[in-house]
Amino acid sequence: MTHTIIEGIAVPLPIANLDTDQIIPKQFLRGIDKAGLDRGILYDLRFDGSGAPRPDFVLNQEAYAGAPILLGGANFGCGSSREHAVWGLQQFGVRAVVASSFGEIFYSNAMNNGLMLATVPEAYMEQLFAHEGPLQLRIDVERLEVASSVGTTGFTLSERHRRMFLDGLDMLGASLLHLPAIEAFARRWRQDQPWLADVAAHARTRLDGAASIGAAA
Amino acid sequence: MSKTLYRKLVAAHTVVQLDADNVLLYADLHLMNEYTSPQAFAGLHERGLKTLYPGQNVATVSHIIPTHADKLRIIADTDSALQASNLKRNCERHGIPLFDTNDRFQGIEHVIAPEHGMIRPGMVVICGDSHTTTYGALGALGFGIGTTEVEHLLATQTLVYRLAGDMRIRIDGQLPAGTTAKDMILMVIARIGAQGARGYVVEFCGSAIAALSIEARFTLCNMAVEAGARGALIAPDETAIRYVMQHCPDLAGDADMAARARAHWRTLFSDQDAVFEVEHVFDASTLAPTVTWGTSPDQAMPITGTIPPARDASDARALQYAGLASGTPLEGIAVQHVFIGSCTNGRIEDLRAVAAVVGEHKVAPGVRAMVVPGSGAVREQAEREGIAAQLIAAGFEWRKPGCSMCLAMNDDVLAPGTRCASTTNRNFEGRQGRGAITHLMSPAMAAAAAVTGKITDVRTFMEAAQ
Repeated sequence: MTHTIIEGIAVPLPIANLDTDQIIPKQFLRGIDKAGLDRGILYDLRFDGSGAPRPDFVLNQEAYAGAPILLGGANFGCGSSREHAVWGLQQFGVRAVVASSFGEIFYSNAMNNGLMLATVPEAYMEQLFAHEGPLQLRIDVERLEVASSVGTTGFTLSERHRRMFLDGLDMLGASLLHLPAIEAFARRWRQDQPWLADVAAHARTRLDGAASIGAAA
Repeated sequence: MSKTLYRKLVAAHTVVQLDADNVLLYADLHLMNEYTSPQAFAGLHERGLKTLYPGQNVATVSHIIPTHADKLRIIADTDSALQASNLKRNCERHGIPLFDTNDRFQGIEHVIAPEHGMIRPGMVVICGDSHTTTYGALGALGFGIGTTEVEHLLATQTLVYRLAGDMRIRIDGQLPAGTTAKDMILMVIARIGAQGARGYVVEFCGSAIAALSIEARFTLCNMAVEAGARGALIAPDETAIRYVMQHCPDLAGDADMAARARAHWRTLFSDQDAVFEVEHVFDASTLAPTVTWGTSPDQAMPITGTIPPARDASDARALQYAGLASGTPLEGIAVQHVFIGSCTNGRIEDLRAVAAVVGEHKVAPGVRAMVVPGSGAVREQAEREGIAAQLIAAGFEWRKPGCSMCLAMNDDVLAPGTRCASTTNRNFEGRQGRGAITHLMSPAMAAAAAVTGKITDVRTFMEAAQ
């Protein structure tokens, strides 16, 4: 599923703080599965109020059709935790986003799904944005390098994330191997701090038996 | 070796150190909602896994729920209704406590959890919602996660957690009359920027923080994520311990356990010589009521200011979206809508502040003003205190609890081009409705806007009323 090299046209989206609300608006979050989320990607930027494509928006232009890479502004993917943003981008055909920084939860969500995020220097982003017309980009995940006609730059990725991307590491599968340690931890934890055990179940039981609603403050 | 409170909490919850940057972190409580959990349960079922510790998970229907005051709340949208019934089925199957659509205690996750004693100092609290940073108010480390991580949590009660950096924000001085924790956090975000705390857990301290009530601290920590923070913390003091004991009858009723808990909570602070990589210092006494003018929470300024010139493309874009010209005074901008509620400002103290400002006044003609309590308990409390009757008489809509128009995922949506004075946490493009414009402010400021029909300095409004 994942490959070492991601290569293709890079779409410039020089918008700082492009939040997940905009990457996938709320009306596309009503499902209980992951189907059809590509329809909602950057919906309000792609379409006008009547649902017609905005011809001036970069993703609606012929030259950028099917491009696998997005060039984002600083703090790309800030805001809500909605993982739908990542699933939708992937369904839309996006395989990597290059930006000077990313929202924290979005970053984890992307890594958990194999969407490559390359964090590169602000100055390099400025060079990419200054380029006129479609730009070809090559992201080498093995060498942690972004290359284009405007130059080459390195990017960092934690060793764990690099392995997750290259080996398709199954995070939950790996953690399940630690179950005995988790259970031992939980037993000790409940002994040391019994007031932390099953707080939700206790609250629910108490409220179910409550004759009147308690004072809120 | 001396440690920050953040490091102490992480160390105490580390099950396994995975590598230099990542630990397997144990979560004391996992909160779920209807829209970031369905695919997590589906993933669990595909693998044939069950929830490891159901009693340490809790779910609520909050984002999609209608807020109309009908006796029975029925979700008209079929997709949303399916999300709610799906959550109920999943909770039943896994034995997870649920606050369902028509539960009288139903409400926003970040409001119901502390008010019913589910949050205690020293906890790690996790939720598929970015505003989980709220719990720092009680000295609990809270943070938001995505759906894949929700699945991981259900199966293992842990998370693969990447360590954050330590940042301290000290705020001393006394908050001037007419200003609140909301003004404080909007000022902080404006000063350090929407990514000023990215990669850090922020510990708030200082005399201005110590003077805040717990509900005010919830507001402060809730919005730390708008500066990009991965968590917010306030070391639990006597104010926090008193709050917890009031809201945890089972714990307070067991004298021995309560004493042990208190003794433990008093160890939860950053050591005197603990090192913070970044430190900011602010003075609360210079604060004025603060309002956002743009489409990012860091585009905020004192009410006495004028709309700034665009510094960059981002500002220019925001000004265009907000339909505002540089040089326009912030005070006096007309609003068509006022929204009071959300996990930031939907608590009883917030509603009391609104009631105090509204007094005998009426909602201005042409303004639709909506109050959505954060929970059933808050709603009933406000009704007992006469706040509901007063606000209804003034012309406010008195709704049932939910996230409502904070993100407008239910049927409470603003029309394009309408401007809203809002007590919520995000003023993003299209957040409260496509093309709608949001100005974030405190409940007191929103109340003043409701009465005057425009963005108003609550300080001069209250002076004029005297």
